[in-house]
Amino acid sequence: MFKRLSEPKAPVTFEFEGQPLKGEAGESIAAALLAAGIIDLRRSGEDDSPRGPYCMIGNCFECLVWIEGQGSRQACREPAREGLKLRRHPGRPDPQAFGGGS
Amino acid sequence: MASSTLGAQAPTRSCDIAVIGGGLLGSAFGWGLARRGQVCQVFDEGDTAVRTARGNFGLVWVQGKGLGMGRYARWSLQASRLWRGFADELEAATGLDLAYSRGGLRFAHSEQDLQATVNNLKQIQSDMVEEAYQFETLEHSALKKRLPLVGDIAGATFCEHDGHCNPLMLLRALHQDMQRLGATYRPNTKVERIEPLAGGGYRLLDGQGERLCEAEKLVIAAGHGSRALAEQSGIELPIHADQGQVIVTEKVASAFSYTSDIIRQTDNGSFLLGASSRDVGMDTRTDLSTLGQIARECVQVFPFLRQLRMQRAWGAVRVMTPDGFPVYQHSKSYPGVFSFACHSGVTLAACHALEAAQWVIDGAIPSDFDDFHPKRFHVQASI
Repeated sequence: MFKRLSEPKAPVTFEFEGQPLKGEAGESIAAALLAAGIIDLRRSGEDDSPRGPYCMIGNCFECLVWIEGQGSRQACREPAREGLKLRRHPGRPDPQAFGGGS
Repeated sequence: MASSTLGAQAPTRSCDIAVIGGGLLGSAFGWGLARRGQVCQVFDEGDTAVRTARGNFGLVWVQGKGLGMGRYARWSLQASRLWRGFADELEAATGLDLAYSRGGLRFAHSEQDLQATVNNLKQIQSDMVEEAYQFETLEHSALKKRLPLVGDIAGATFCEHDGHCNPLMLLRALHQDMQRLGATYRPNTKVERIEPLAGGGYRLLDGQGERLCEAEKLVIAAGHGSRALAEQSGIELPIHADQGQVIVTEKVASAFSYTSDIIRQTDNGSFLLGASSRDVGMDTRTDLSTLGQIARECVQVFPFLRQLRMQRAWGAVRVMTPDGFPVYQHSKSYPGVFSFACHSGVTLAACHALEAAQWVIDGAIPSDFDDFHPKRFHVQASI
């Protein structure tokens, strides 16, 4: 669907749902995922339908993704970094599964 | 329903009762009156109005209310008893879901907090005499058993009469159903003047002196706008602004089915955090120090909240009376003009709609409610 114009100059490796992916250091997580062919980043909190990046400038919140250790983040506003562990955002995360808490 | 969108262009018309204020208070009266067959018009300001209901927390709340005035404690309890039927009726008529559910906790951060709350509730019970409500005191371990996600706090008091609802749906249901019942809703129409008519009744005018309507009786329920209108009708209305700020989080799976006075999970999954109180006039801006204080207090109760993203925060100004209890009165010099002011528009909506609307029709506030008259602020110091 999307094709990179050039190969990453400073590649980083991260995971989405356990799958290792490569991106360019500093590009947004949303851009890196789209380049890897992943458009289904979350489920809607209203009707559970699949959602993905839309505005890419921080306005629409459609690109929410779950970053382990950080929680909900806008994928278009977070830079891709080495070792990030991402999960598909469940729409309504379950506080029972948050662990420790504080 | 063309009349609902015509606003200020609607022709002057006479009606039985004009309600000034289209928020939760005025709409409860508008609906209650229309439901009793009264021809009424409800006047509402525009979207830029200072709406006290913007600060509401969606609570139908009983515990702790009325410390120092048994009548208010009993009125709040009556509201809670009426609420299920009130919600059922509105839901059946409109098809909307008011998301009303019951069970409320007041969290205590320390043992002293818990003891103070228990003492207050016992005092209220004794003031309420035979109609007193029950509550449960939950020490930390008992609370943790009911709410495994609770943090390291001393405990809570639980009251089955407390509850919460979706206040946006409540307002929409009242507006929708009062119009179905024949009431005229007149938005963007600010009433500025009240003139008594020679043959009885009153005329309402806007700021340009345009006639808006003529009515047999008036209900002044205009929040912070009530004072100026009440003064024209020989009614003293001692109210001031009490600012509250609210934080709303991202949506999460259901984790708190009860409610509390500082934390509640809405039917949409968001958490609402609140309960600040500041004396800053009509300033509705938020500030980091207040929001930080709210967040810290709530995170102590539910540590998982720390991991949620804040979506928005906002400020609003409650209508507050000198002692925090409602002020209800019927003008002596302008018979048929009633004024109602309180900060519990959601809780008392059931009472206003199902009980107090009838007082307006009858033309008198029952003497059983004398405690709500502002003459209570006139008590002279004994010598």
